[in-house]
Amino acid sequence: MIHRVTDSLNDMKRHAIYGLLAEFENSEDLLSAAQRAHEAGYRGLDAFSPFPIEGLADAVGFHSTRIPLLCLVGGLIGCFGGFFLQYWPNVFGYPLDIGGKPYNSWPNFIPITFELTILCAGLATVLGMLALNGLPTPYHPVFNVPRFELATRNRFFLCIKAWDPKFDLQKTKEFLATLKAKEVSEIES
Amino acid sequence: MSPDAPDKTAAAQPASPFLGPGHSYASVTDKISSIVLVEGTRKGWLAGFAIAFALFMLFNMAVAYLLYIGVGIWGINIPIAWGFAIVNFVWWIGIGHAGTLISAFLLLMRQAWRQSINRFAEAMTLFAVACAGMFPLLHMGRPWLFYWLVPYPDTMGTWPQFRSPLVWDVFAVSTYATISLLFWFVGLIPDLATLRDRAKQRLAKVAYGVLAMGWRGSAVHWRNYEMASLLLAGLATPLVVSVHTVVSFDFAIAIVPGWHSTIFPPYFVAGAIYSGFAMVLTLAIPLRYFYKLEDFVTERHLDNMGKMLLATGLIVAYGYVMETFSAFYSGNQYEKFMIMNRMTGPYAPVFWLLIACNIAIPLTLLWSSRIRRNVLALFLISLVIQTGMWLERFVIVVTSLHRDFMPSAWGMYYPTIWDWATFIGTIGLFFTLFLLFIRYLPMISIFEMRELVHKTRD
Repeated sequence: MIHRVTDSLNDMKRHAIYGLLAEFENSEDLLSAAQRAHEAGYRGLDAFSPFPIEGLADAVGFHSTRIPLLCLVGGLIGCFGGFFLQYWPNVFGYPLDIGGKPYNSWPNFIPITFELTILCAGLATVLGMLALNGLPTPYHPVFNVPRFELATRNRFFLCIKAWDPKFDLQKTKEFLATLKAKEVSEIES
Repeated sequence: MSPDAPDKTAAAQPASPFLGPGHSYASVTDKISSIVLVEGTRKGWLAGFAIAFALFMLFNMAVAYLLYIGVGIWGINIPIAWGFAIVNFVWWIGIGHAGTLISAFLLLMRQAWRQSINRFAEAMTLFAVACAGMFPLLHMGRPWLFYWLVPYPDTMGTWPQFRSPLVWDVFAVSTYATISLLFWFVGLIPDLATLRDRAKQRLAKVAYGVLAMGWRGSAVHWRNYEMASLLLAGLATPLVVSVHTVVSFDFAIAIVPGWHSTIFPPYFVAGAIYSGFAMVLTLAIPLRYFYKLEDFVTERHLDNMGKMLLATGLIVAYGYVMETFSAFYSGNQYEKFMIMNRMTGPYAPVFWLLIACNIAIPLTLLWSSRIRRNVLALFLISLVIQTGMWLERFVIVVTSLHRDFMPSAWGMYYPTIWDWATFIGTIGLFFTLFLLFIRYLPMISIFEMRELVHKTRD
């Protein structure tokens, strides 16, 4: 979490360049490059790929996602909220004696409770996913690199950000060149 | 190396039953995105859209007249107060179920073959639910008061009857529509980014760019994204079962003979999947033919869907058998009369046509793998099944209601031209939306096809 906050604060400081972007031809090269960059001590890493690659998030130092927690919280809100929505009117708000049935006839309240559990859990999951990913992002520097449009086609990219304490334009460029990168470009911020 | 040079990896790729040979990341991306971005509007598409849109206008006309006069323009009466509106509602919502099942349940089962059919199946779900939702609303008579179904602290001091399955239905269907929309949209985000990056025209670039919300395929994004997709699949799977269960409660909780039955929930869910898979085939077969997608929607996909039809069809057949058995086993004279009336009464031709369409024709032919791989045969069978499933709902709604306990309260139901106009009109609405979808959005999930290319390489 702290890592992510410093990440965005550092992004905001606007270095002259945002970082360096190395292009790879396949997912294996990107994965090993990301691992080696992490081993070399770089922490301001991000990797981009046209499809999800197993282990890549771990390689850039992102180990756990909070989405399941958000889903659970959403589901619990929906579950208790949904039951209360029916319990309150039937027991307090507008109690009606129908054929001597109990006011709190809970088995009848289960279907709506279930539906609202799913609804709230689903909304929390999707909105949480967008929020944790920082979407929508109206502007992002990586798009300044023309070849980055291939990140949604058939090319794989590794980015080392300029805020990384170990970042040095020349040395990092040389380091990236050792990683089977096809091309290394500077990202204007 | 130029971006258009063929990937070295492509040539070495072994044939996968779910993907044509020789595909690379670039080729699947270009093939699917070019349908939207490069090929433009085709004459065939335009002709299809013209027909669909004309039918949609027929729907609007029928609805306008309905709002002007009232539900009396339909054939509904007492005792058959439900009529076409509920028949069509159940039919459409059932069709939607296969989309969710393909994208959610098969994702949990890690079935690779879902990847090339899930996108348009989900779109089908969404549009089918939109069509389904029309009918209960219009059937209310005063649809502008639909919000009375929603629990809110109103000045009348009243609340919806939470013990009624009709209110459960409101929650089930609206949750289903929302979750289907979310699932579909989440699946689209990476593909919208692909279209944004491929688009040459400024307008297209901006439109897809706004919708993609700045997606850039970061490893962190993908991690959150995959987890969210998995959780949504886990939520949608029980949801899809619950929705048709609740729809069946609309019937099963009543005491009407022919409705009051505990087999309804499983048998409705199976029937929904049966008709839904038939609809997926009805859509997939022309799509793969007209857009040359045989590499992505292979014979193996059609074969698998044929098997799904066979399996769910057999469950439906079991439902029919048990319904008949328990009517006689119950010893209840009304139940026995209902089943005899269904088979020999005034609506008997409809019943036997239903048995022919749902049981006799498909469940004998689909055992043959030659027929499951015969595109034309499968297409015709899918149409037969959809007709059969529509007739099934007609039989359940109409024959159960028209002769219940008291012979003095018996009646007949005849649909009017407005019933037909509304029903055919929603088919127009469905295809209007669907054709717009295949024109402006990728009909096959591009990033999942790239993933499939990646996996088949290993």
